[in-house]
Amino acid sequence: MTVMSTASSPGQQKSAPKPARFLRLLLRNRLAAIGLGFIVLWTIAAIVAPWIAPYNPYVPDMAAKLQPPGGAHMLGTDNFGRDILSRVLYGARISIWTGLIAVSISFVIGVPLGGIAAYYRGRTETIIMRLLDVLLSFPSLVLSMAIAASIGAGLFSAMIAVGVVGIPEFGRLMYGQTISLREKEYVEASRSIGVKDRVILLRHILPNALAPLLVQATLGMGFAILTASSLSFLGLGVKPPTAEWGAMIAEGREYIISGEWWLVTFPGLSIATAILGFNLLGDGLRDVMDPRLRSGK
Amino acid sequence: MIPALLGIILITFILSRVLPGDPAVMLAGEQAPPDVIEKIRQDMGLDKPLYSQFFDYLGMLARGDLGDAYHTGHSVASDFASRFPATVELTLFSILIAIIVAIPVGVIAATRKESVIDHISRVFSLIGACVPIFWLGLILIYIFYSKLGWAPPPMGRISGELNPPTDITGLYVLDSLLSADFVALKSSIIHLLLPAICLSTGTMAIVARMTRSSMLEVIGQDFIRTARAKGLRESIVICKHALINALIPTLTVLGLQFGYLLGGAVITETIFSWPGVGGYITDSILAADYAPIQAFTLVSAVLYCLINLAVDLIYGLVDPRIRYE
Repeated sequence: MTVMSTASSPGQQKSAPKPARFLRLLLRNRLAAIGLGFIVLWTIAAIVAPWIAPYNPYVPDMAAKLQPPGGAHMLGTDNFGRDILSRVLYGARISIWTGLIAVSISFVIGVPLGGIAAYYRGRTETIIMRLLDVLLSFPSLVLSMAIAASIGAGLFSAMIAVGVVGIPEFGRLMYGQTISLREKEYVEASRSIGVKDRVILLRHILPNALAPLLVQATLGMGFAILTASSLSFLGLGVKPPTAEWGAMIAEGREYIISGEWWLVTFPGLSIATAILGFNLLGDGLRDVMDPRLRSGK
Repeated sequence: MIPALLGIILITFILSRVLPGDPAVMLAGEQAPPDVIEKIRQDMGLDKPLYSQFFDYLGMLARGDLGDAYHTGHSVASDFASRFPATVELTLFSILIAIIVAIPVGVIAATRKESVIDHISRVFSLIGACVPIFWLGLILIYIFYSKLGWAPPPMGRISGELNPPTDITGLYVLDSLLSADFVALKSSIIHLLLPAICLSTGTMAIVARMTRSSMLEVIGQDFIRTARAKGLRESIVICKHALINALIPTLTVLGLQFGYLLGGAVITETIFSWPGVGGYITDSILAADYAPIQAFTLVSAVLYCLINLAVDLIYGLVDPRIRYE
């Protein structure tokens, strides 16, 4: 609360810029800070993977196969002798990229649908919202499996499948926001001076609805990474030998019974920490953006 | 409900006929000659107009025909019928474990806020929602089968040395109980435990979190203060007055979690070689056999809707005020 009172005090010097204040509030929430830490860590790992990975993640070395963690291979090697640390680092690239594309698909399709449904109401609203309701009535993993299977297995279809499954969440959220925002005076004023509907939706309604959408996008990243890795595990996403966390677990699956635990443990921990990061950050963002939920911790 | 069902059928149809993947090519293989693909296309009715294909599809569904599974050589409906009890048993057990563990944990966490139990339950809720089910299953197998030797090999519903119990409901635990076959009962419970725990972890985390937050909200209300002021025992205040009123959001979450459990069953059954519908779907994926996947999508969406309808009806039992609204 110190920040808020400092900013509002008369005669004070120029208050901290809004983003900095927002970041400070966010980092004061310990769990959100931990989440952001995980995300920053994985993002940096994904960007610099080609420079920091100790080995080529795709080159097999049968002489070094199934080596436990330690020595020349910090996280051990897989059944083809490939370095697991290098594959985990490269896997971050695919997982984060998949999450970003999938969430973008959900956002780019879901938000306009929800906005248009709430803004125009009537038959448009009925058709769009019933369509979103029907999409919501499918269990998410089952629907993404069906979509990926019908397009054909691969990274691209996994991104599309996960993206489509996320559309109703964004659509409903934007619908709820627009329903209340369309009645505001500034929207009515814009309409009365003849501003086009498209401009009102994009310039006046969308920016004011952005906060909950941002929270949903952050939480959606975790969901997208989990679902995409599940699809890869089932053989519907990324195919071997691509270094992707879910596919790595699928490849290492049969070695768990004979005790080679490291083949699945490290990719699994990578998925869990990435999802944890996005979930914690999403919760933290929600707390910061909604003053009623702000604990100040 | 009817419009939702029609919508579900339409989307399932669109998935199979309109998206880029050609079912005839998928069935024949990428390298198949064009005349073979054309023949399959005619056999499947894919050369007809789309609306005509949709009505054919509706007619098939009305007859209970879900298509044929090429990789098993049977109809999908008969494959489902033989495998469904195993999936139902696994899913029911998972929900049972989630309810038995998560609701008391949520209640204790709320009544002893900021205690060690509360902190442990919050950490568990956070982690439980982040751990991929396929990874958790493998780690459980590694710890409890490979290392400790406490669990049976992750294969099947009952020990290979035993005969399955007399088929009454198809659920081994229930059937062995009904036929008083206690050796089969013990074996089927032991085989069920690990996959059910694996499948229920995510649900447990979410239900515990929801129970905690809704209990905290109820505990702060006036009628709880009144109940305490009347001198009621704390256990009665919590169980009879607070918990019943806090159950509605928990029930909603349980209903919604059913969808997660159906998807999770596919993965769990694959990891534990559980002979249910989920494992069958994974085999269909690997064999690029689309009809079972399409049927599973349809059946699970319908079941999901029905379960959530049932949850809506249960609201009235938990909170009688809802019935009069």
